[in-house]
Amino acid sequence: MADTPQIVLDERLKKEGIGARLIKRPELGAIAGVVLVTLFFLITADGAMFTLSGIMNFMTPAAQLGILAIGAAMLMIGGEFDLSIGSMVAFAGLIFGACTVTLGLPLLLAIPLTLAVAAGIGAVNGTIVLKTGLPSFIVTLAFLFILRGASLVGLKLASGGSTQLRGVRDAVEGDWLAPFFSGDAFGPIFAWLAQVGVVETFNNGTPKVPGIPVEILWFILLALIATFVLLRTPQGNWIFASGGDRNAASNSGVPVRKVKISLFMFAAICGALVAIITVMDSGSTDARRGFMKEFEAIIAAVIGGCLLTGGYGSAIGAFFGAIIFGMVTIGLTYTNFDQDWFQVFLGGMLLIAVLFNNYIRKRVTGER
Amino acid sequence: MDQETKFHHGTPAADAKPIIEMHDIEKHFGNIIALAGVSFDVRPGECHCLLGDNGAGKSTFIKTMSGVHKPTKGTITIDGQAMDFSSPRDAMEAGIATVFQDLAMIPLMSVTRNFFMGREPVIGSGPFKRMDIQTMNEAAVEEMHKMGINLRGPDQAVGTLSGGERQTVAIARAVYFGARVLILDEPTSALGVRQTSNVLATIDRVRKQGVGVVFISHNVRHALAVGDRFTVLNRGKTLGTATRGEITPEELQDMMAGGQEMAQLEGSLEGTV
Repeated sequence: MADTPQIVLDERLKKEGIGARLIKRPELGAIAGVVLVTLFFLITADGAMFTLSGIMNFMTPAAQLGILAIGAAMLMIGGEFDLSIGSMVAFAGLIFGACTVTLGLPLLLAIPLTLAVAAGIGAVNGTIVLKTGLPSFIVTLAFLFILRGASLVGLKLASGGSTQLRGVRDAVEGDWLAPFFSGDAFGPIFAWLAQVGVVETFNNGTPKVPGIPVEILWFILLALIATFVLLRTPQGNWIFASGGDRNAASNSGVPVRKVKISLFMFAAICGALVAIITVMDSGSTDARRGFMKEFEAIIAAVIGGCLLTGGYGSAIGAFFGAIIFGMVTIGLTYTNFDQDWFQVFLGGMLLIAVLFNNYIRKRVTGER
Repeated sequence: MDQETKFHHGTPAADAKPIIEMHDIEKHFGNIIALAGVSFDVRPGECHCLLGDNGAGKSTFIKTMSGVHKPTKGTITIDGQAMDFSSPRDAMEAGIATVFQDLAMIPLMSVTRNFFMGREPVIGSGPFKRMDIQTMNEAAVEEMHKMGINLRGPDQAVGTLSGGERQTVAIARAVYFGARVLILDEPTSALGVRQTSNVLATIDRVRKQGVGVVFISHNVRHALAVGDRFTVLNRGKTLGTATRGEITPEELQDMMAGGQEMAQLEGSLEGTV
């Protein structure tokens, strides 16, 4: 046998076309979904849906869900679930409300405190899952109820018997940090755009779109950071590895426990961020905040190409998955369809996404 | 006997100093004596086969060598210096790499990502510190090419590789990260004929680069194809070490099975084993 390696291309290996390469990207399904949903609403919905204000209208709920979905997607790629992030929104809302209204703390303290409490609970979730080896599904299901219940009890204590805590808007009024977490960004630019006629105005001259809601900016920022981490950093490689095969990863020197606990903390922090933004927007917090959002976030992540078994998926996919969600919830109001079709649509999308992902996984791993 | 065969080229210097020497290793688990005095050494550029039937103590022995278990008694020296491994990481740092049967590969991840898993090279600093993807891709393709495997691309998922190719990725990875002693735990046991010969050819290549290979197997023919020395383990003890050309497959087979009983069995099977 010669010393030099032979250069023989396997004759059974067909050249891959661009289509075959694209189909292996996890986010492809979600992007195709966005295109399909857009086409659907272009045909059926009122034209107002795709004006600037219409887009902001569906992007706002998409962003609120999307922030959760990115946290859920990262955790799913790392091989775990968190069913408690919806309840986390309510619980973090309570903490935030209590900090600002009851204790009167400035945002500079209230926000880090809320995020820290959430991260702490995420770490508890993660530690229990990893120490006991129990499925994260069951451990976080317990926290789904614990946190929801604690939010109810806590709200009653903080508000003196009601399940709603009001007065957040007054409490944060004038705080220099508030514009980063509530309202619309780039107001002056939009005002100028309205003046020159790019943005439509109301009769009194104020622009119909006063700016970009901050949650949309947070959503885009988080999607970009998460994608960078997943695709370009060693930590991203560790996340894929931890989710793909825990033993193989730790035998190769990947700190699996640290990775997974950090992901639980990140998902919880995403929940708290959504809580802070939505509570500041509405000025009050209540115990039903984030209800069922854990499932919607997981569905958005799955539509975005995450495998339930872990080790595969993308943050960009979850980004588009959440946009599909926003478009459908809001979009149906622009059509003549009954809005309650939403749930049917949701289940259908999930089913298609799972079938598609299953097919993709077989393609990627070469299973037959 | 001619020493040049399909999977064996050139003989390592017999007087070379061993890289690792394990002397009189004993390992007890409670009242079970898994190893009762095993001595073994590996020289640079040789393939030292460790043979033994199931339960002979092969796995316990290599786990001791790779730092998973601490020996109850006995000494491990590397380059003449006594070593005391407390974790697999210590052994790795001393240049002892182990390719376990499960290979530590993740099918859904690309060859490059698997190749550098846990040891990713980085560029940049602060928040922009990132993996050096280009270097990683080039190195993975290059190293696999050296081992005779042409990837479709560095982003090809490991799941699409055959068992033999995955084994080769694992070996190439260990060698790339500076293994001086490479322990292969039954690398051919689950493979077909063609894939087995690929792996044996890989072992030969690695050996010629000066790496000491420990080849664990219970297949005498695979061992004889690449091995320079053969140590047989039976019931936690070394039965002896033979050099290439000194021993026939039948003798090796008999030693592994513990002699007598095997002779009887073979009689009844009319020499088919």
